[in-house]
Amino acid sequence: MKNERIEVDIKVPNQTRYLSLIGKIGEDVARTLKKYKGDREELAYHINLVLTESMTNAIRHAHEGDPTKEVHITITIEDKELCIKVYDQGQGFDISTLPVPEIRCLEEHGRGVFIIHTLMDSVSYRKFNGGHVLEMIKALQ
Amino acid sequence: MILKVEEKGEVVVIQVKEERLDAHNSGELKSQMLSLFEESKNHIVIDLQEVRFVDSSGLGALVSGFKNASARNGNLKLCGLQPQVKSMFELTRLHRVFEIFSGLEEALASF
Repeated sequence: MKNERIEVDIKVPNQTRYLSLIGKIGEDVARTLKKYKGDREELAYHINLVLTESMTNAIRHAHEGDPTKEVHITITIEDKELCIKVYDQGQGFDISTLPVPEIRCLEEHGRGVFIIHTLMDSVSYRKFNGGHVLEMIKALQ
Repeated sequence: MILKVEEKGEVVVIQVKEERLDAHNSGELKSQMLSLFEESKNHIVIDLQEVRFVDSSGLGALVSGFKNASARNGNLKLCGLQPQVKSMFELTRLHRVFEIFSGLEEALASF
């Protein structure tokens, strides 16, 4: 039987009011997976979470809150792999230098990237078309 | 953001009447707590019963409240965490920081 392929491509204004919308789309995509054998609701929550965290980083850090910019998100499921890409139009930020929050557990900020790294199997952030793209991959077993 | 704020003796209960506590609305919770601290109301319970989703910004707002309450010899406690919300505290090790109760009555009785 042919493996299912899903591709969602969305652009939204650089505003936190759209976090909920994008998170819900991510949850719905996770729920449509026919062959996923794990806990579907947990997967849905995790997809919502990584989308929310990565969009917030794009809105606040890469775009410095500029409401005229936009965030571009793609969610692709192919074979047994889920890939989320979040494109920004900013100068970027170095995700590799962020400390692990456990050693400073009472900081207000700095847990977002830790959460993304914990929930996804592979995370990269690189230059793309004058901006940057954060690529997050999860194997679906 | 919809918050229900109620005084129960020396403790202030903030019920978060939202499905999500995220980067879009967590600033309002933080502001609400700061205005309580300015009025010397330093014993707070945050009831998260209706919250289904919390992100790192939501956790950050709660950490801010906890630190402010502690610095003023008060305390900020949590109750009503749904399983997915509770798992976020465990993932970030914050369950070791906050006193977490299953229900509001238990949280109030702990002061």
